[in-house]
Amino acid sequence: MMRDPAAPADFPAPAPPRRDLLLPLGFLAVAAVYVRAIAFTPVEAQQGPAQKILYVHATSAFVGLYLAFALMAVTSLLYLFLKDEKLDRVAESAAEVGLAFTTVVLITGPLWGRPVWGAWWTWDARLTATLFLWFLILGYVLLRGAVEERGMRARYSAVLALLAALLVPFIHLSVYLFRTMHPMPIVLKPSAPSMSKEMLVTFASSFVAFTLLFAGLLRARYRLATLRDQVIDREGER
Amino acid sequence: MADVVAVPPGMVTAAWLVARKDLAIEFRTRTAFFSAIVFALMGITIFYFAWDATAVAAIDLAPGVLWVIFTFSGLLGLQRSFAVEQADRSMDALLSAPIDREAIYLGKALANVLFVTGVQVVALPAVALFYNVPLGGIVVPLAGLALLAAIGIVAVGTLFSAMAVNTRLAELLLPMLSLPFFLPIVMAAAQTTARLLAGRPVAEAWPWLRILLAFDLVFLVACTLAFPYTVEE
Repeated sequence: MMRDPAAPADFPAPAPPRRDLLLPLGFLAVAAVYVRAIAFTPVEAQQGPAQKILYVHATSAFVGLYLAFALMAVTSLLYLFLKDEKLDRVAESAAEVGLAFTTVVLITGPLWGRPVWGAWWTWDARLTATLFLWFLILGYVLLRGAVEERGMRARYSAVLALLAALLVPFIHLSVYLFRTMHPMPIVLKPSAPSMSKEMLVTFASSFVAFTLLFAGLLRARYRLATLRDQVIDREGER
Repeated sequence: MADVVAVPPGMVTAAWLVARKDLAIEFRTRTAFFSAIVFALMGITIFYFAWDATAVAAIDLAPGVLWVIFTFSGLLGLQRSFAVEQADRSMDALLSAPIDREAIYLGKALANVLFVTGVQVVALPAVALFYNVPLGGIVVPLAGLALLAAIGIVAVGTLFSAMAVNTRLAELLLPMLSLPFFLPIVMAAAQTTARLLAGRPVAEAWPWLRILLAFDLVFLVACTLAFPYTVEE
């Protein structure tokens, strides 16, 4: 482990880390949206303060289940054709960041459901589909951690991501069919009363803020993956 | 006709040869098949005691038990599918054979379908016996359903088995990757079985059967096309 600090001319010092403003900007935007949501947006008449969770729940779902998952699937498909490691790293980053957002969805959902529906969890079609998407992304991350060789890891995970993308419509169809055949006694989805203008502005800006945060986290995670691969390459050369 | 020219077998022949090889190994050792059957029988009996028999009628439990056990015992066979190729690196021999990679996948899948349906041939009467389920009139549709479910499970499971053996987690990874994919299959099979047992016409389960059929078709094609990527050198 000891390395002579004077010697390694063959191991050039890494470039100084660049300032990445995207990530702090994302966090700031989310914080700003929450200040607005809590202090300057009216309290919903029927649900009370619990409804404020909408601004993190729905937006995290959008980012985790749509943006991240789609990005993972598309880059995986492209990887199998182009064999470009960058695509694999984007898929890897999208999966991990998507897992984080989907976890937020699954935590905030029950927190919101308890006061409003009277239950932490129901086997509603959307809830089930989200849970299984979370399982799929979790499996993807586990698979990546279990394969040593880089090319094999990229191919395996690309194949899994593509099959997962094919599975989504089947899960959606079957959980929907299951639910409609067994209607549940409670109102599953709060009927969306037309939002007040303030709420709508807060809601829309939270989408922008969470997308920014997603982009920031994705870029940070991508840089980490690139650096890790560089380190492995250099260690291989020595 | 003195000259014998070695012609590489076609896709179907090659797939059959791979399947026959796997079945011959299984027939001579009989380890996986018997352990899967014993597992299924024990699972079916243990499940009975997991519910209050006075509160839930056995016939209401039967479809769920049947398909959950079917899925889990199927995993035992799938696990072995590519694990047997690890001894003496016989996978390399398979890959260097003058046959398509797709044929290896299809052959393995064919052997696995026979394995899984073989377990079902024992598990189904066991459920009928232990859960007092009158299977008499619905054996034929149930057998067809079992075949459809087996094809779906095997299509995905065979591919994941090929991947899982090369990972650090090995046998632990296969269920983690496969089970989310088995959800639509188990749901469709259990829902259809419940309707058959209740004496409803098959047509009532048609929406579920349609999902099952589409699943089989989509994943058989997708996994056949994806397999070569998992064995690339």
